[in-house]
Amino acid sequence: MGKPLRDHKNRPVVAVTGIGAVSSLGVGLEENWAALTGGKSGIHRISRFPVAHLRTTIAGTIDYLATDPRGLTLAVGELAADEAIRQSRIGSPGHFPGPLFAAVPPVEVDWQQREKLYASSDPARGDAYDRMIAVADAANDRSEFEEYLFANVGERLADRFGTTGAPISLTTACASGATAIQLGVEAIRRGDTDAALCIGTDCSVTAESVIRFILLSALSSNNEVPEEAAKPFSKDRDGFVIAEGAAALVLENYDTAVARGARILAVVRGAAEKSDDFHRTRSKPDGSAVIGALRNTFEDAGMHPDEIAYINAHGTGTPENDKMEAMSLEAVFGEKLKSVPISSNKSMIGHTLSAAGAIEAVFSIKTMLSGVIPPTINYQVPDPTIALDVVPNTARAANVRTVLSNSFGFGGQNACLIFAEEPA
Amino acid sequence: MAREVWITGIGITSSLGEGLDAHWQALAESDPPKPVIDRSIVSPYAVHPMVPLDLDKQIPKKGDQRQMENWQRVGTYSAGLAIDDAGMKGDLDLLSRTHLIVAASGGERDQAADAGILQGIGSAPAPQEFLNERLASDLRPTLFLAQLPNLLAGNISIVHKVTGSSRTFLGEETAGVSAVEVAARRIRADQGDIFLVGGTSIAERKDVLITLVGGGFCWKGDPISVWARPEQGGGATFGSVGAFLVLEASDHAEKRGRRPYAKLGPVLSDRSARKPGQATANGERQMKIIREAAGNRPLAVLSGATGMADATREERDLLAALRQRGEVSTVRGVANMLGSCLEANFAVEVGLAALALSRNGFYQPFENETGFEQPLAEPPSAIVATCWGIWRGEGIGLIEKAG
Repeated sequence: MGKPLRDHKNRPVVAVTGIGAVSSLGVGLEENWAALTGGKSGIHRISRFPVAHLRTTIAGTIDYLATDPRGLTLAVGELAADEAIRQSRIGSPGHFPGPLFAAVPPVEVDWQQREKLYASSDPARGDAYDRMIAVADAANDRSEFEEYLFANVGERLADRFGTTGAPISLTTACASGATAIQLGVEAIRRGDTDAALCIGTDCSVTAESVIRFILLSALSSNNEVPEEAAKPFSKDRDGFVIAEGAAALVLENYDTAVARGARILAVVRGAAEKSDDFHRTRSKPDGSAVIGALRNTFEDAGMHPDEIAYINAHGTGTPENDKMEAMSLEAVFGEKLKSVPISSNKSMIGHTLSAAGAIEAVFSIKTMLSGVIPPTINYQVPDPTIALDVVPNTARAANVRTVLSNSFGFGGQNACLIFAEEPA
Repeated sequence: MAREVWITGIGITSSLGEGLDAHWQALAESDPPKPVIDRSIVSPYAVHPMVPLDLDKQIPKKGDQRQMENWQRVGTYSAGLAIDDAGMKGDLDLLSRTHLIVAASGGERDQAADAGILQGIGSAPAPQEFLNERLASDLRPTLFLAQLPNLLAGNISIVHKVTGSSRTFLGEETAGVSAVEVAARRIRADQGDIFLVGGTSIAERKDVLITLVGGGFCWKGDPISVWARPEQGGGATFGSVGAFLVLEASDHAEKRGRRPYAKLGPVLSDRSARKPGQATANGERQMKIIREAAGNRPLAVLSGATGMADATREERDLLAALRQRGEVSTVRGVANMLGSCLEANFAVEVGLAALALSRNGFYQPFENETGFEQPLAEPPSAIVATCWGIWRGEGIGLIEKAG
């Protein structure tokens, strides 16, 4: 074996050897990619539950699987991970040779369960929660209530794929998927492991989750034509469209991946973050936290913004996000930004919350592999304050060798990733 | 040589009080130490309730307090204690480079709103539409933010200005072990100089108790020693704890003139399906690694044993065997005094271990029912913290006297 490959900080290089994705557009990367590059939207009217009294009645739910929606986060995460692991041909079935980092949504006892517990409860037992606790006590059903433990989805994924050690389930709100990848990158760079399985999965569209985001004025209420509701970077954008999906990446130490004859899909050049202390849902008005995340990522990658060929935007389609993202990118890229194509997958698949960072990372890599940039659809009314090349409405052939992928979340979470083609 | 990981700040709140002196007094100087237990909150379950906190001391803006629920307020408060203790308060440059890893459960629900909905939904002609209508009118937007698990970290950033990286790990005891483990690994590998890590668990939360009770995790009635529970069906008694640690690279701490409470040795986590003997196998393997780092000296153990029947029986037998071989000097079941505290469990164990080492002493036995917890004549120079979860996950850490 030759000299080990090291990056500019003398760290092991992190390769991506397997990717998988599931969204409202379908199961598997190829099906998703065909739809994405065809400018197709996965957004539709909500049919999972009645939408009476809801200002928003559309979503990118996954309705085509037979799974009970309550088990969908796990099922969809498994589909994505299975695809990624098969592609990488790493380990053996049920024995993944590295740890699991899983971005998952928070879980809690749901309304179906709450109603069931309350309905059979004894009014003499106290308040509504005392009553439900008394019924839960009588039920004493480990397997049913395990589902509501926070570690459950991570543990089940670890059971299924046989990852090593204790899995890490994590959340950084809408940046979670990117954080899962970051944790894997860091573990490989430290030499703690030669491989890591990074998953983001989130199928948590319920009446309550929709209402909560409505109350924060975060969701689009362009219900009339669901496919046209998500309008990142447009002047008439009015919020994101809540959606479901999952993606998985197999990360490996570049040298051990090459040594076992793996196909290198891409390398992770940089991963970094910077948290914001301004507000629970809004970024610092001067963009300094997002700018800090971008600069930290370039520093980590040892790259200059001029080297970025394409930006996979966070691009939620909320008035605030897109303005802040564009402003912060401009601060870091300068004039050059106008000539860098930037597009938002969320225009087609909606905002998959905890999964978004992982899904968009996978699509970023696929952009490099296929030489096609997926468009930002529904771009009919440009926002004059965001003068960017958003790859409007139609996919574009391009030789993309490097991609910047942004992820931002409530709670001041800002994480960025840079992927590049395999080193020559 | 790899950098050492120092514990340079500790913030603890619990049923026994707030801060290090209160905990030292209650656990090392009181003889015997007495837990604080309340059975009126969620009868027949006992909880170790959080002491009242003067929130203004760590969360000065009322507006910030209003934006949080109790779980986040206690966590933000406890994180503030650790930051103060490490001499970081107000040092904006240092705080902007400080990384945050929080072990979190779900945020809190608005129980009054839920109760109102449950009261009406059974008789509503269209239950699902009734639910929509009531949720849309009854839920408060700020409370949604209180429900997001990563908003404890978010509030710590806002209130205390900790703005390096920010990660929130989900899921019971193992999330707490992983938080400390990842921070320690990153420091040793030069992936960061200083970390604020920890978690908070509120035992009085009925929304969390539903899951714990329904899953058969709760001990009913007056708590007995966790070591006596395996033979009586097992079960955990939960306690409210906020625990945060400042973990810092030794060279970084020296540069700013800080001495450590203790240094952190290996921190290890693993999992098993908890079939008979599996947790023991993990524990034995982990102890070998701890032993390599600790040398030949006997180790005192702060155990996170929860009282769950199988896991506690296995851990008790493992520790008893180690004691017989002279590897372990004595054991304290932290849950006997603080209750089991899920995401906060490992951080509070590490904090209490570091406190004992810094005061050159150890804790009184936390129970006298089983004889399993014996007094210690000589103060330990190294303490092992074990943390086996109520459901899954086996974690361990070595805390050593700083040189």
